[in-house]
Order: sequence, then C-alpha cells, then structure tokens
Amino acid sequence: MTATAAAPGRVPPSRTLAAHRPRARQRADRVAIVLFLAPALLLFIVLVLAPIALAATVSLFKWNGFVTSDPTLVGLDNFTRLLRDQVFVGDLRRGLTIIALSLVLQLPMALGLAMLLNQPLRGRSLYRLLFFAPYVLSEVTTAVLFRIVFSPEHGLATRTLAVVGLGDLGETWLADPDTVLFWVFVVISWKYFGFHMILYLAGRQNIPRELLEAATTDGANAWQAFRHVTLPLLGPTIRISVFLSVIGAIQLFDMVWVLTGGGPVHASEVMAVTMYRFGFERFEVGYASAMSIVMFLISLVFALLYQRFVMRRDIEGALTVMGGQR
Amino acid sequence: MIRRLKNPVLHVVSLAISVLIVVPIGFGVLGGFKDNGQLATNPLGLPDPWIPSNYTDILTSGVFWRQLANSTLIALGTTLIVVGTAAMAAYVLARFAFRGRELLFTLFAVGLMFPFAVAILPLFILLRTLGLLDNPLGVILPQAAFGLPVTIVILRSFFRAVPGEIEESATLDGCGRFAFFWRILLPMARPAIATVSVLAIVASWNNFFLPLVVFNDAEWWTLPVGVQQFQGQYATDTARVLAYVVLSMVPALAFYAIAERQLVGGLATGAVKG
Repeated sequence: MTATAAAPGRVPPSRTLAAHRPRARQRADRVAIVLFLAPALLLFIVLVLAPIALAATVSLFKWNGFVTSDPTLVGLDNFTRLLRDQVFVGDLRRGLTIIALSLVLQLPMALGLAMLLNQPLRGRSLYRLLFFAPYVLSEVTTAVLFRIVFSPEHGLATRTLAVVGLGDLGETWLADPDTVLFWVFVVISWKYFGFHMILYLAGRQNIPRELLEAATTDGANAWQAFRHVTLPLLGPTIRISVFLSVIGAIQLFDMVWVLTGGGPVHASEVMAVTMYRFGFERFEVGYASAMSIVMFLISLVFALLYQRFVMRRDIEGALTVMGGQR
Repeated sequence: MIRRLKNPVLHVVSLAISVLIVVPIGFGVLGGFKDNGQLATNPLGLPDPWIPSNYTDILTSGVFWRQLANSTLIALGTTLIVVGTAAMAAYVLARFAFRGRELLFTLFAVGLMFPFAVAILPLFILLRTLGLLDNPLGVILPQAAFGLPVTIVILRSFFRAVPGEIEESATLDGCGRFAFFWRILLPMARPAIATVSVLAIVASWNNFFLPLVVFNDAEWWTLPVGVQQFQGQYATDTARVLAYVVLSMVPALAFYAIAERQLVGGLATGAVKG
C-alpha cells in the first residue's frame, strides 16, 4: 500500500501551466477536490468508520438492542466475559486451526498447481478456467451443495467411499465433532484454491524468463531453480495470498453458517457465527459488539504487524534488487 | 526427456483436480433431475427416468425470478455507486496535489483490511435507525462503502499512470478539471473501470451476511438468502434443493464465462497493487 505512494507534496506538471492565473485556478481546484471527494468520504465515514465506532461504544453496555430499552453501562465486563467464554475461546482456536490448515495444505497445493499450469500442457487454459470456477460461486451455494454431498446416509461422499471399498470407515463427515472442522476446511479449499492459484500464476508470469534460463545454464535442476529463483521472486505474491487467507478466516461466516451452523456442539463454530448468535438471536447486543471489536482488533493488529514485519521486506527486497543491478 | 516423463503426471494431477471440481457440481445437476427415491438408491448414476419437474417447478414459480431480479438490481446499484464515487475520489487522490492527500488515501486503503463481518451488527443498528431495513438501499449503500477501498486503490494506480502531457494539452485546449475527468480520463480508463465493476458485481452477487440481516421481508431476498431459506424450507426434499442450487449457479457461471478476463486480471492486479 505504501509502496505505491509517491512523495507527498509533489506537484503534477499540469499545475505549472496555470501559473499565469494561479488564484482562480487554485480556487477551482479546491472546489473540485471537495466536490469529488465528498461522496466517497461520506459513504466511507457513515457506513464503515461510524459502525466500528458505534460497536466500540455499544460494547461497553449491556443492551438487548431494542430501541425502547435503555442500555446499562457495564464498562469492560463484556470483554472479561469473552475471556471466560469457552465457545469464544474455542472460536479463536478453531480459527487458528483453519488458518494453519490453509497455510500447510491449501496454499502449497495452489502454488503447486500454478507451477504445473505454467508448463506447456494441452488443455491448460481449460484447466485454469475450471479450477477458478468455484471461486465465482457464492459461499452459500457451495455450502448448500456440500451439505448434500456430505449427507451421512445417501450423500455423494459416503457413496463414493462405498464404491471404492472404503465404506467400512463409517465416516460421518459433518456430523462428527472430531472431523467437522477439517471437512469445513476442505469445502473452503474447494472454493478458494483456484483464487490463490490465479494469484500465483500472475506472479509467476511476472518473473523474467532470463533469470530461470540463467539458473538452468548454471546447472540448477528444476527443483533448485524453483527453490532459489521462482520461490523468492514469488515472495510478494505469496505474502499477499497468506494475508488474504488469514483475513478471510477471521471473517468467515457464510460457509460455516450454512454448512454446519457451527455445530455439532460448537465443533465448527467461528467468531462471526458466535457474534451472530448473540447479536441477532439472543439479543445480547453489547456482548456481541464486544466480539465484533475483538474481531476488528485481531484483524487490525494482524494487518499492522504483517505490514510492518512481513510485507515491509517487499519494499526492501525491491530496493536491493535495484541496487544489485546497478 | 524430462518433459515426456512429466507431462503424463501433469495430466493425471490436472484431471484428478478437475474431477474433484466437476463431480460435486455434476452430482447437483443430475440430482435435480431425480426424485428423492432415486437420489437415495442411485446418487452417483444418471437419472432413470429423467424428472424435469424440480427444475420446471422452480422456473415457473416466480420466486426464483424475483430473487434473480433482486440480486441483479442490488449488484448493479452497488456497482454504479461504488465505481462512480470511487472514480471521482481516485481522480483527486491521483492527480491533485494537496495537503493530507496521502493520509486520506491511507485511510481508504486501511479499509481493505476491515472484515465486513466486524461491522455487521452496528450496521444493522444504524440501518434500522435510518429506516433502511427491508430496503434495497440498506444493502446497496454499505456494500458500496465497503467496496470503496479496493476500487479506489486500483483506479488511482491507473489514473496515476496516465501521462501528464495528455492533461497539459487538454488544459491548453481549454479543458477544465472536470471536463478532463469526464471526457478524457474516464474513457481512457475503460479497462480499469470494467475490472473494478466486475469485482464489485461478483462481491455483491455473492454477499449473504448483509442481505440476511437487512431483509426480513422475503420480497427482497437475493439469491444467496433465497437458496439458504429454500434449503431450510425443503430440507427433506433434497432433489428440489439441488435443482434450486444448480439454477442459482447458472447466472454466476454465465457471468464468469463472459467476464473471465476482467475478473482474473482484476483479482491479480488488485492483490498486487493492494
């Protein structure tokens, strides 16, 4: 984000042209700036910033959310209650599990496929089209479809196991608290791996052919070329894809809500689902707002740390590459 | 030699993944042509006989079309507002020099990392206060607001890339700031506008959380809400639910077929620029 920002205060060349009538021009510019920025700024302040401020305020109250009832100030009680809430603490653990599974399974698989599809291969563009297709389906559609695929008795998944002779496993898919989170993760990956693959493909295509040719000339085999040339140069893309994957996991709702509703017995529940239950079903709006604020703080802290310690290297990396070429 | 060895592996892997993607969708399409008895005894095979009534019932009922129209209206409204306001803001943030510009841009860009789910509860309270529940604007306006960051980031980088000479010669020809934006910059930015529009349409089309809480009245339900509710209503009639799911996939896949380039290109640039 900051990498694309130019030095502030640099005047575009067109401004100098108006030097013979600067005052009128400047005033016209100021009017234009205000008029052009106003709609976007208004939308952003009223519907993005204000709700977050509102949630922060409401989180200090006990309130059932009805206009007719008065909220009671309870200070940080809602937040201390969160720390003791086994479901919410479990939400954090389950969120981390999904993130870990994504980093260990989904993203490497997407990367591997991107590398495969970068090779000359008949039907390559068809594969690419196909792998990305689930991304355009809504999470709800995907979840309803997979509910039926995973239905324990007659579902596609059970029947397929039976056909290949693994019916004795007695896999109950989404009904088993021990495995449900894994199957939710599988459906998330089904929908999103193509998206990450497309990112990696785009990043891969930006790597100059000469670099890889030079590595091969120096005697690097395919793995070494990948490990020491492609992978480091894909760094920025990988870091973005990890970032999007984590932010996606923090706000995960649709998929879980429709696929499992968070069950059985909270085994697949995530933060947004718990928040929805308290806010919209149990009318503990203050408590649910505290959850929103915790979600917000987690995303904010993660994003800031990530920008500071992980993405920052992209700017430095770019500078060292430029320095090296000189 | 390596290539000859590698290519079959490539094909096997690619085919295996394709099967994993196509089979669940194909299962849905075929399942919609079965009755529930067939689904129970024969989930994997072809329907025997083919029963089109699940599909035809939905297509003739009007509810599906109503939801399709709602989704379309909301997607178009969102896109119009977010692209319009973001283009104006991006123009100022790209081509005017003024104090606080970078701060403003950072403010918008920081919005990229606000999860939508965080704001859903206060948004609901706010929309209720504004009287926007059960009103399409209650979904359109927040979606547009949350779409601003990515749209502004992409458009601004595009507007910055337009050479200053073009603006200079336009100014010499008597073109003001507004005329330059409207008559020259926007037409030049058509590919970027197409990209951000496609991103906005897809995001709106797939949104579930906001319409779920804003629309109590079934009149306004969008397709994702409709699919979820249909599933609750006909929980035991699996074949009918499959038909509904499949029909709700068709517009999204058709749109993907048309706008694949903008979508894929937009996601790639959005991620890289973001």
